[in-house]
Amino acid sequence: MEALSRHFPVRSVAAMNNPDLQAAMGRAKGGFIGKRRRAVEGLPEFEALRVAGREIKEHTLSHLDYYLEHFEERVAASGGTVHWADSAQDACRIVVDLCRNAEARHVTKGKSMVGEEIGINEALEAAGIERMETDLGEYIIQLAGEPPSHIIAPAVHKTRQQVSELFHRHHGPLGYTEVQSEVAALVDEARQVLRDKFLDADVGITGANFLVAETGSVVLVTNEGNADLTNTLPRVHIVTAGIEKVVPTLEDASTLLRLLARSATGQEMSTYTTVSTGPRAGEDLDGPEEFHVVLVDNGRSQMLGNEFHPMLRCIRCGACMNHCPVYSSVGGHAYGWVYVGPMGSVLTPLMVGLEEAGHLPNACTLNGRCEEVCPVGIPLPGMLRSLRRRQFEDGLGSRRARLGLAAWSWLVRRPRLYRRLVALGVRALSLLGRGGRLRRLPLASGWTGARDLPAPSGRTFVSAWRDQARRSVR
Amino acid sequence: MSNARDRVIRNVRRSLNRSAPLSPTLRNALEARLRHPAPNLQPRIDEPLMERFLARLAAVNVKVTRLPDLDRVSETVERHMETHGLGTRLVAAPDPELAGIRWSNRLEVERRAAVGEDLVSVTGAFAGIAESGTLVLLSGPHSPTTLNFLPGDHLVVLATDRVLPAMEEVWARLRAREGGMPRTVNFISGPSRTADVEQTMQEGAHGPRRLHLLLIGGA
Repeated sequence: MEALSRHFPVRSVAAMNNPDLQAAMGRAKGGFIGKRRRAVEGLPEFEALRVAGREIKEHTLSHLDYYLEHFEERVAASGGTVHWADSAQDACRIVVDLCRNAEARHVTKGKSMVGEEIGINEALEAAGIERMETDLGEYIIQLAGEPPSHIIAPAVHKTRQQVSELFHRHHGPLGYTEVQSEVAALVDEARQVLRDKFLDADVGITGANFLVAETGSVVLVTNEGNADLTNTLPRVHIVTAGIEKVVPTLEDASTLLRLLARSATGQEMSTYTTVSTGPRAGEDLDGPEEFHVVLVDNGRSQMLGNEFHPMLRCIRCGACMNHCPVYSSVGGHAYGWVYVGPMGSVLTPLMVGLEEAGHLPNACTLNGRCEEVCPVGIPLPGMLRSLRRRQFEDGLGSRRARLGLAAWSWLVRRPRLYRRLVALGVRALSLLGRGGRLRRLPLASGWTGARDLPAPSGRTFVSAWRDQARRSVR
Repeated sequence: MSNARDRVIRNVRRSLNRSAPLSPTLRNALEARLRHPAPNLQPRIDEPLMERFLARLAAVNVKVTRLPDLDRVSETVERHMETHGLGTRLVAAPDPELAGIRWSNRLEVERRAAVGEDLVSVTGAFAGIAESGTLVLLSGPHSPTTLNFLPGDHLVVLATDRVLPAMEEVWARLRAREGGMPRTVNFISGPSRTADVEQTMQEGAHGPRRLHLLLIGGA
C-alpha cells in the first residue's frame, strides 16, 4: 500500500474536523482501555509474564537465523512449503504465482497486517483475482474502499450508521433489500453474504500471530472464526508472516498468547486460537491440500541488532494505539500507512523512510503510556526520540525547526549564558502574562493557536532551587 | 527462491554480527531447548480445577450440561435442537469415542465433515482447559475441522477427566500422542463473536452462534 504519511498534518486536521470519525473514536477509546485494565488486574502474574514474553522474543531474535531455518525444516517435514521474500514486491509475486498455479479465481483473506504492508490486495487485483476479506472489520473497509485504521479493529473509525449504509448499497443488489441498523442484524447479514464466499474460495490467505519453530506450525488468533474457515475450506492455504513472528516452542507461544488477548481486547483468550501444521493429512476429511508460508523480511533484518531492534518484539496487539492520546484524536488514517499510533510512528519511518514519514515521530507528546502498556516492553517513546535525532542528523525537517534546534543546542551548551537568557525571558513572559495566562506568543503560535500558555511565575527553577537550598542551610 | 532465502538469512546474520556458523555448544543448547520444551511461568490456579473450568466457561458464554454418562447425550441434543427450532437433522463427528451414544430415532444423524447448510454439529474434544474455559479439538479422520465452524450450533461431548489446567499440558499430551501434531489444533473459548461494529460484542460472526458443552461423568 502506498504511504501517504507526509500528509499527516493535513490529514490529522481533517480527522479532527470529521464528526463521524470523532464519534466513532470517542466510543472506542474507553472500551479498549477499560477492558485491558480489568483483564490485567485479574491476573496477578501479568507483570511476570511480560518479562517472560520479552525474554522469549529477545532470545528468538538473537538466534533468528537458527529458528527460521528450523521452522522451514519442520514445515517441509509436515508437507508444507516455505517461501522467502526479502521485499514486499517479492512477497506479492510469490503469493500471486501460488494463486495462479492453483488456478484461483476466488480468494478469501483473514486479516493480516503484513498482507497490508506488502500490498497484497493491489497485487491480487492487478492479477485479476477476486479477493474477499472475511474479518468483519476488514470486510467493512473493503466495501468502503479504505485501508484499515487500527491493527486489530480495522473499521474502528466507522459508525454503525455508516456500516448500515455500506451494507445496504453493496448487499442490496444481492437481494438484501431491507436496511439493517441493529448490530445483530448487520453481523448476520455479513455472515450470510460471506458464507458463500468461504465455500467458493480456491485459495485462503491469512497472516500469522506466531510461527512455531519446534513444529513448523502457524498460530492464528481470531474471535470470529473467519481465519479457520479461510484455512480449512479452500484447496490452498497461504500464510504471509514477518520473519520476527517465529518463536521457539509451543510453550513459548502459550506465554505470548496470555499477553496478546489481554492486551488487545481484554479477553483471557481470544475465542479461536488455532495451531495449523501442514496441509491435510492422509485420511483427514477436510483441510487444504497445499500449505505455504511466505516469510517476509521487508526491512526487518535491518532493524536487528540496532537501536530499533526492540520493535521486532511487537506482537501487534494494538494496546499502544488504544492508549495514545494522539491516535485517539486523529484515528488511524491520518498516519497514512498500514501501521498506526505509536508502533506505526516507529515502523513507518523505518519501512518507508523518514523523508516520507518524518511527521510521525514528532506527532507524540512523549507521555509514555504506550510503553507502560506494551506487553513486551518496547521503549516506544525512546525510539521516537531516536528517530527525531536521526531526522535532525539526516538534515530532514523544516528549515525553521532545524534552525531553532541548532540555536537551542548552541545555547544549552553554554550554561551561564543560558541561565541569564532564560531568567530574562521568564521575567518578560511573567510580565506579559499578568492574567496568569498567555493568549498569544510570537514564534509559538503553534502552541497558543489552540490553547493558552500558563505564564511563568517570574523566576527560573534554578534560582528558586538555589534560594531554597540557601534557606535550608541556614 | 533459494536466492531470497540466502539473502534473508545472510542479512539476519550480518545484523546479529555473526559471520561464522553457531558454535557447537550454542547449537546444542538451542537444539535442546527445542527437543525438550519447558513450560514458562504459568499463572497459578487456586480453586479446584472443575470449579475454575465451569466459571470460565460461563464467562465466555458456553452453555454446560453435566451428564453422568453418554446415555443421556441424545436427549440433551434433542432438547437443545427443539429449544432453538433447529429441526431434527444433525452432523456428528465419525468419532469412535462418540460411538457409545445411542441416538434417538427421532433424530437424523449423519457422520461426516460439515457443509454450508448444516445447522447442528456434535463432536468430541481432546481436552478442556480450566485456566481459560477453553475446549481443545484436533483435526483428523474422525474429527473434521469444518464441524467446529460451519454449523450455527456446536455441541461438544467431553469427559471430565479430560479437563487439564493449562495449554502447556495439552502440548505435553500431544507430543506423547501417536502421529504427532494434527493438521489443526483448535482452542475454542466460546461462540464465534465480533466487536467490529461500534465495539459492540455480537455472537455468531462466522462460526457457531451457540456452543454447548456436554460434560460427562464425575458430577
